[in-house]
Amino acid sequence: MTRSKWLWGIPLWILAIAFLAPFAWMISTALKPDVDAYKIPMQWIPNPFQWDNFTTVLSGATSVLPAFGRSVFVAVLRVAGELITATMAGYAFARMSFKGRDKLFLLYLATAIIPAQLLLVPRFIYFQKLGLYDTLWALILPGMFTVLGTFLMRQFFISQPAEFAEAARMDGANEWRVFTRIYLPLATPVMSALGILAFVWSWNDFETPLVLISNPDRYTLPLSLTNFVDEQGQIAPGLTMAASVISIVPVLIVFVVLQRRFIAAMTHTGIK
Amino acid sequence: MATATVAAAPAVRTEKAPGIKPRGWIGFLFIAPNLLGVIAFTLIPLISVVVLAFTDWNLVSGLGGITFNGIDNFVAIARDPGFWHAIGLTLVYVVVSVPLTVVLGLALGIALDRPLPGRAVLRAIFFLPYIVNVVAIGMTWLMLMNPRAGLVNQVLDAFGIQPGWFASSHWALPALIVMAVWGGVGYCSLIYLSALQDAPRQLYEAADIDGASAWAKFRVITWPSLLPTTIFLLVTLIIGASQGFGLIALITAGGPGDSTTTISYYMYQTGFQFYRFGYASAIGLVTFVGVLVLTLLTWRAQRGRSLND
Repeated sequence: MTRSKWLWGIPLWILAIAFLAPFAWMISTALKPDVDAYKIPMQWIPNPFQWDNFTTVLSGATSVLPAFGRSVFVAVLRVAGELITATMAGYAFARMSFKGRDKLFLLYLATAIIPAQLLLVPRFIYFQKLGLYDTLWALILPGMFTVLGTFLMRQFFISQPAEFAEAARMDGANEWRVFTRIYLPLATPVMSALGILAFVWSWNDFETPLVLISNPDRYTLPLSLTNFVDEQGQIAPGLTMAASVISIVPVLIVFVVLQRRFIAAMTHTGIK
Repeated sequence: MATATVAAAPAVRTEKAPGIKPRGWIGFLFIAPNLLGVIAFTLIPLISVVVLAFTDWNLVSGLGGITFNGIDNFVAIARDPGFWHAIGLTLVYVVVSVPLTVVLGLALGIALDRPLPGRAVLRAIFFLPYIVNVVAIGMTWLMLMNPRAGLVNQVLDAFGIQPGWFASSHWALPALIVMAVWGGVGYCSLIYLSALQDAPRQLYEAADIDGASAWAKFRVITWPSLLPTTIFLLVTLIIGASQGFGLIALITAGGPGDSTTTISYYMYQTGFQFYRFGYASAIGLVTFVGVLVLTLLTWRAQRGRSLND
């Protein structure tokens, strides 16, 4: 058994190293002078270590820190908003009863399969009319009201017993109290899973800002990485890779610290 | 934990939720915040796509410049060689990248299900490409695939091949496919891993007693039990790949020439570079219907073939 464990382990580890190579290259290049970036053969250990790449992208005119801050701002509001609206709606779809509820839910499911790009054109026009084009609100608002989050929360609340609510109502609790005091505390694990996913989606979003943000002073982090490409399409290797490393640190922390929850959330929704 | 059931059939669980008591409008009030947002930012834009698809509208002429032109856009699409070229490229991209991702993901999922040294770390490593933002990944691969000095060609040089990757109209699409597979394999293996936890253990024991070969066990037990998951992955990956856009916008901008102008990038170009919003909406609508039909067909293929049906 142990022998077969290693027999399978070795090829998988070789494959894993090949998988990691782009990331290793990213970090190595972030610490190199530009002249060494395309050296043949590849030089894995930078010599000398060029820490300047990081100081340059963290300070001065080319700093990605403002973009980093904007990404945090967008992510915090999106996650908070999505959690609030999705838990309430998911709870009502699962545990409350009103006219047209199930038809409305089917409509929700139908909108969930609409490709995001189909909405790019009308959202562009729409946000221009609302005066939200080229503001961070164009990224935040749609992200606060998602069908997928509602669906996920409904799936959870539907598995919870109805008897809790019955008992609380007997004691005279109103609907809001039943929701906040009884069901919401039970939902914290699912909420944290949804929160993690919503954060990663928001943090990595590139297409929405590409279309809805034009002023480089309002770029979020992914878009700001393109600042290190000049008009001719020439990439400044050291700076681009240093900024890329900085952009993946938050997701990496979320992933490493909350790995179990993250993976459970991924397999639960099964949807990007 | 019913992870696999949820993952395998998200759209199927629409059975009526038992409500507690009819309470009129209170439930509606709970849904209202989310519903208003969905109406404002999803439903209204969606309806306007459908309307715009029947208009001729150049953004520059302002809202007053919208003129209805019936089905002209759809007639034009049918005759537009650019559209059909983009559809063809998208089909190649989907048909090559999706099965490759699923098959490699399955192999990796099965491998990672066995006892291995450092299994948790391995799972994390393969999953990593999936959570990193597309710009950081795109920029890295763009440099790795630099035809003159990129690391990939330094390695391939040993085998005497020197593909031009993003600089060549023959190699740009394969390069995008390599990146897509690298990015998606870990995700597939993770979904398969959770499905494998639910595989019927007793059947394996019975098969062991009968002296079944590993291949026979896979074919008769593992594969049928993984079929719903496979269909689910195929559906979500087909939808995702047919929308593949971020890497193309970032790295190739549809080129060289039009060698990577897939349908979603073609729509983006039509709308945001040529400002033909009416035509772009019509392309979006046609593509959406096409993907929907493809998705429904894939979904139906599952019928009567899975172990539990």
